[in-house]
Amino acid sequence: MKLKTLMAAGAALAFGATVANAATLDDVKAKGYLDCGVTTGLAGFASPDDEGNWTGFDVDFCRAMSAAIFGDPDKVKYTPTTGKTRFTALQSGEVDVLARNTTWTLSRDVDLGFEFIGVNYYDGQGFMIRKDMGITSATQLDGASVCIQSGTTTELNLADYFRTNNMSFTPVVVEDSAEARQNYDQGACDVYTTDRSGLAAQRAVLQEPDTHMLLPEIISKEPLGPLVRHGDNQWGDIARWTLNALVTAEEFGVTSENADSMLESENPEIRRLLGSEGNLGGMLGLEADWALNAIKTVGNYGEIFEAHIGPNTPVGLDRGLNALYKDGGILYSPPFR
Amino acid sequence: MTDISYVKTERHESLPPPKSEVGIIHWLRSNLFSTWYNSIGTVAVLYLFYLVVPPLVDWALISPVWDAQSNQDCRFEGAGACWGFIGARINLFFYGFYDMENYWRPTLVGLMLLFLAIPILFEQVPRKVASGGFALFALFWAIWAIGGIGTVASLNLAVAAGVFLFLAAVAIASYLKAPRSACAIAVVAAFPWLSVSLLYGPLNVESLQSGFGIAIYAILLIGGGALGLWSRQRRDALGTMVGFLLAYAALVIIYMSWGMDLTVQPTNTFGGLMLTLVLSVVAIGVSLPLGIVLALGRRAHTMPAVQMLCIGFIELVRAVPLITILFMAQFMLPLFLPEGVNFDNVVRALVGVSMFASAYMAEVVRGGLQAIPKGQFEAADSLGLNFFLKMRLIILPQALKIVIPGIVSTFIGLFKDTSLVSIIGLMDLLLIAKSSVTDSKWLGLEHEAYFFIALIYFVFCFGMSRYSIYLERKLHTGHKR
Repeated sequence: MKLKTLMAAGAALAFGATVANAATLDDVKAKGYLDCGVTTGLAGFASPDDEGNWTGFDVDFCRAMSAAIFGDPDKVKYTPTTGKTRFTALQSGEVDVLARNTTWTLSRDVDLGFEFIGVNYYDGQGFMIRKDMGITSATQLDGASVCIQSGTTTELNLADYFRTNNMSFTPVVVEDSAEARQNYDQGACDVYTTDRSGLAAQRAVLQEPDTHMLLPEIISKEPLGPLVRHGDNQWGDIARWTLNALVTAEEFGVTSENADSMLESENPEIRRLLGSEGNLGGMLGLEADWALNAIKTVGNYGEIFEAHIGPNTPVGLDRGLNALYKDGGILYSPPFR
Repeated sequence: MTDISYVKTERHESLPPPKSEVGIIHWLRSNLFSTWYNSIGTVAVLYLFYLVVPPLVDWALISPVWDAQSNQDCRFEGAGACWGFIGARINLFFYGFYDMENYWRPTLVGLMLLFLAIPILFEQVPRKVASGGFALFALFWAIWAIGGIGTVASLNLAVAAGVFLFLAAVAIASYLKAPRSACAIAVVAAFPWLSVSLLYGPLNVESLQSGFGIAIYAILLIGGGALGLWSRQRRDALGTMVGFLLAYAALVIIYMSWGMDLTVQPTNTFGGLMLTLVLSVVAIGVSLPLGIVLALGRRAHTMPAVQMLCIGFIELVRAVPLITILFMAQFMLPLFLPEGVNFDNVVRALVGVSMFASAYMAEVVRGGLQAIPKGQFEAADSLGLNFFLKMRLIILPQALKIVIPGIVSTFIGLFKDTSLVSIIGLMDLLLIAKSSVTDSKWLGLEHEAYFFIALIYFVFCFGMSRYSIYLERKLHTGHKR
């Protein structure tokens, strides 16, 4: 009798929770914060600062979403996820959105049941060498010894690249990026390869950063983007258009400083973006000033980039592919209308 | 001719030993340079020391940067360790993401644990000193907290005052020679939920706070208490235990729901040393009693079902690595549960680590039980002791004494194993260190971060190891094999 009651209560709890979960936006509004999955620490993208606040490029996407939903960028609960736990965390509903420099691939999008809502950073595997090697292209690397992290896709990409170019290499396999940097710095290998964003961060802490350079070749496509669970299209739309709003804001020159004054802009697209005209926010189920709040409190895409991973930060990445389409990059947001 | 013979009447004063047999020279020769290969070994080791120690001392103590705003301040020729980095992040290392204004809560739990543990751990601390000292300590803080009521954090202080008054009452009772077991039970029964409500906050389970819930508590409390008392009169041990447990559980839930009106600190804010200690203290606290029960269960030949259950649990858990158990709790459990229903991450890890430690502890304890000669069991039986008395008075005190080194090794291993939770994304000491060096302000300071946490791990593990040696000496009764 007692057991039956317990089971019934459990079933009711489970059922109630499942039903409630169908609309993530309502859930998030009800609990009053956004559950955001981030890395456990990646220079420039997400790491805790001295006071224990999460900061970084990916973190700012979560903050922008929080600002779009609540008007306050700090209503976020960050869940650090490792490469191994990230997908389960999203699947099980532990996090509402995963902003964790995850590469967009078909199998992840389709088979794992996720929805990538766009690309916030176009990365790719690159090479770092000493300038005094006198090499300008990766095609000249025949016979080099290469420091590489074990068990990553970079290992496979590297083998493919050297095979297609008919070159040979000696792998120096190490466990993590710090160890790879040490080996490279002490000359245990000629070349250090990993994603270019990682290379830039590691270069910054070499003993003499200026004596090293990144080769121009990029041998893999790593489009990194935030993702949400499959099946809740409204929630996916909110995430996708928050990212688009940040990009569009940069395109039209809307920054965190001038966002308020831009409300009176002549440009109808800016007016629609910021909510002084039309009802784009309402279509998403948000307030009219959703994008305004996100831009005002977090900044546009360019500002976020500059603040965390741009040339003036220790990570020191240039925009490259991540520049707007009109500046020679491939960042392109659909129109706000 | 006179017969001159000479007999010395007193003993000749002993001559000093030859120069080569005493002093530092002799010690060096007999210990370090006794043979040619020992000499080579000594020289080689000294050379290694010379290579390692001076640079390490220079790096860590002579030329480090004590004050730094970013890694740029530490990047100059001849700079040693960048301790400014640790200094800037010391809170993160110790408390993780816990709210700064709530640091007093984990600190308070730690202090309580410390003060409660000292009289248990060190028996030569006279009971009056221990309990009297603890009473003064608790009273001091209670008065301090009561004095602060009415200021900003009045609610928190009121809670703290309550906690300390309770502890002071227990300590005073102990000072006044209340039965030791009563004091121990009061503390053991109260400490876990005091700690939980301090570390985490009130449990907010709405269905339990309804009128229906209150009715259930009332029934549990009254019914459980009545059952316990009634069974006790009839000398029914099982009934007594069940009855009092029910009443206790009801009390705990009532207290957890309403007793402490603190702000909730979600477990994702737990981190650093605090999380490491929470994990290991809970796992240690659970694994010893559970391990003893499992070990006894495994030897319970008269109860095959219990025996099978214990053997199954022990062998299953010991057959898989800890990380697998953690992964199982982290990945498989959420997939079995409906979407949106989640056990807390930290609780999942706690259950996993405790289960793992219990299985190992069971085998360690079983080793001790097997070392007790059969005669001891028979002697206990012939005295007419029942099973529980036999175990408590005769067998376990001897068995546990034998396996102290094994138990403490398990604890030390467990303490270090908690760092595995970093793989499932819990920000324990190790992961805090790892993620700290990814802050773009502090890139590339892995050496400092790892050195620092290694030091913390060493202090705790070495402390445990020394305590085990102390305990062995204290309990040494001349039966050393």
